[in-house]
Amino acid sequence: MAGTPWDLQLLNLCASLLLLLSFAMLAQRRIVTLVNLLAMQGGLLFVATVLLAWRTGERHLYVSAFLTLALKVVFLPWLLHRLIRRLQVYWDTEPLLNIPGTMLIGLLVVVFAFGLAQPIAALANTATRNAIGIAVAVVLLSFLTMITRRKAMSQVVGFLSMENGLFFGAMSATYGMPMIVEFGVALDVLVAVLVLGIFFFQIREQFDSLDLHHLESLREGGPMSDREH
Amino acid sequence: MQFLLLLGTPISGALLLGLLGARRWAPELNIGVSLVTFLAACALTARVATDGSLLVAHEQFFIDPFNVFLVTLTAFVGLTTSIFSRPYMRVEMAHGRVSARRLRLYHSMYQLFMTTMLIALTTNNMGLLWVAMEAATLSTVLLVTLYRTPASLEAGWKYFILCGVGIAQALFGTILLYFAAEKVLGAEGVTALLWTHLNAVKGQLEPTVLGLAFVFLLVGYGTKVGLAPLHNWLPDAHAEGPTPISAVLSGLLLNVAIYAVVRCKVLVEGSLHSALPSRMLMGFGLLSVVLAVFFLWRQRDIKRLFAYSSIEHMGIITFAFGMGGAVANFAALLHMTVHSLTKSAIFFAVGHAAQKAGSQLMENIRGLITLSPTIGWGLMMGSLAILGMPPFGVFASEFLILTTAMREQPWAAPILLTALGVAFAAIFGRVQPMVFGETTAKRLPHPPALLPVFAHLAIVLALGIWVPPYLADWYRAAARLLGGG
Repeated sequence: MAGTPWDLQLLNLCASLLLLLSFAMLAQRRIVTLVNLLAMQGGLLFVATVLLAWRTGERHLYVSAFLTLALKVVFLPWLLHRLIRRLQVYWDTEPLLNIPGTMLIGLLVVVFAFGLAQPIAALANTATRNAIGIAVAVVLLSFLTMITRRKAMSQVVGFLSMENGLFFGAMSATYGMPMIVEFGVALDVLVAVLVLGIFFFQIREQFDSLDLHHLESLREGGPMSDREH
Repeated sequence: MQFLLLLGTPISGALLLGLLGARRWAPELNIGVSLVTFLAACALTARVATDGSLLVAHEQFFIDPFNVFLVTLTAFVGLTTSIFSRPYMRVEMAHGRVSARRLRLYHSMYQLFMTTMLIALTTNNMGLLWVAMEAATLSTVLLVTLYRTPASLEAGWKYFILCGVGIAQALFGTILLYFAAEKVLGAEGVTALLWTHLNAVKGQLEPTVLGLAFVFLLVGYGTKVGLAPLHNWLPDAHAEGPTPISAVLSGLLLNVAIYAVVRCKVLVEGSLHSALPSRMLMGFGLLSVVLAVFFLWRQRDIKRLFAYSSIEHMGIITFAFGMGGAVANFAALLHMTVHSLTKSAIFFAVGHAAQKAGSQLMENIRGLITLSPTIGWGLMMGSLAILGMPPFGVFASEFLILTTAMREQPWAAPILLTALGVAFAAIFGRVQPMVFGETTAKRLPHPPALLPVFAHLAIVLALGIWVPPYLADWYRAAARLLGGG
């Protein structure tokens, strides 16, 4: 990419690494590593946001960059690691689909994502418009991660990674949302993880496991226990 | 001032109830807080009625004819549900299903939930609307799992993940909306997500982006409305949580979610100049009605039965908003009001009935009329009202929706009529033996609070016979605001 300024090249590098990390998450079964990958994703987002803030001179981007650093690189991974230790869940069971198969679907998802992002990218006038496709791909890949996993913890990592993708999308399409909205979203993510923490202990207390196949009795037409008061 | 009181009361109530903990008078405090919120809502309504729409807090919040009636309705049902929950939760505690500590969580989260819904209704900022909707999910997850039974944990997990993923789609939609708006309203981004500003320039917004945004927004908020095929969380969350929560989920949260969808639709329609948003709403609405009616036949749990009935009614409302135009919008708004009042009244009656029978399974609930005539009649009248029997208000709104459908979308009218007929057979056939069958059960330790049931049904009845002129004006103003058709 001759003629592209170095900071933009770095930004594009960050975007590609984000996509790579999403694929790594798709293939990873060790939950501790999954959380580390999530933290790395957060780190990349932080670098990308700072670069973009420096490039555009938009001061509110610095604020959201440091919000990302505090929340997504430090606090959430720390909390998740703590939960993993307390709950002793280290490995996810065999995913619903084998890993090569998931990767292949992932490739198709990326093609679809770029197709979806095409009209948006064509209209964007930000320097980072090429990254919009990547952001959509990250969102869809995280979705795929959530679908194919059985452990509650991996699903949550998928959920948070989806939020990262959305954040990156907002950044590359419009240089971030208004400050008040970003604070609100960050607050919601924080509360969501805290609520989930409590929730995990409840599931654990009840089933002695965080495997979601225990949570399948409420299907329509399935056997229903008589719920006595 | 009234506005500050409206949002400030429930949030300080949540803090207070959380901090004070398990006191004997916590339920009374809960009622008190809800009462103040309701009075604030009434004062606000009176002010909007005299002064017209108003903008507060740097235009971040606004009240117009569309949301003010929903604010009042939300505050009212919030109040009656808190009255109902006092004896209900005492009985649950006596049965050992909840501890004092969980009751504290329950009261605190209840008020927090009310706050998030009121914020979602009154905010002018589409981003804040998203934040409030997500917060509403989060504040109710722990309420759905209050009993900590395996089934309730499963319901809570499903609720969290499905609504979380759904609402993430809505966030993407909001980002796209902002992306389109920023081009017209300036890159500063201060006003680019404010609904009033967006509404003023909706004709200039980029149609392709807005079309895409609407798909995501509809899927996202539609998940919370319980539109098929994203409705899976709804029956579980309604059946497994405590009954007061079922009542507010069904009666209020679904309304708030529909409100969000309609706000988005107004913007997108103005930009697209095509029938795409209307068609999508009609399609999703009709699909939900048909699917819900099928599932109604298979239910054994009484709360699940009425949860599916909620999906059906949300479908009808979505369909009506999809048709658009003054009459359909008017009917949809009326239907939102009467459904919310009737369904929460039914859940109140169902809650007491299930406590009496000691089971939520319909085959175990028998002879309510001999056990307690008021509960029996409450359930019977509520069911008749929700099934669209005249002279209740649901009849009036469904009649308006059906006649409009016959005129504007003749293909849909037979489907709707059949669905309503089938739903009638399914629900009435089950409620009848529950009310009039033989029984051996005994009385409850705490007398049930049945005032809310009959208060709601009386209002629904009154609305069916005569909509007061100021209320009709109000609905008409809101219907005009929504335009379309």
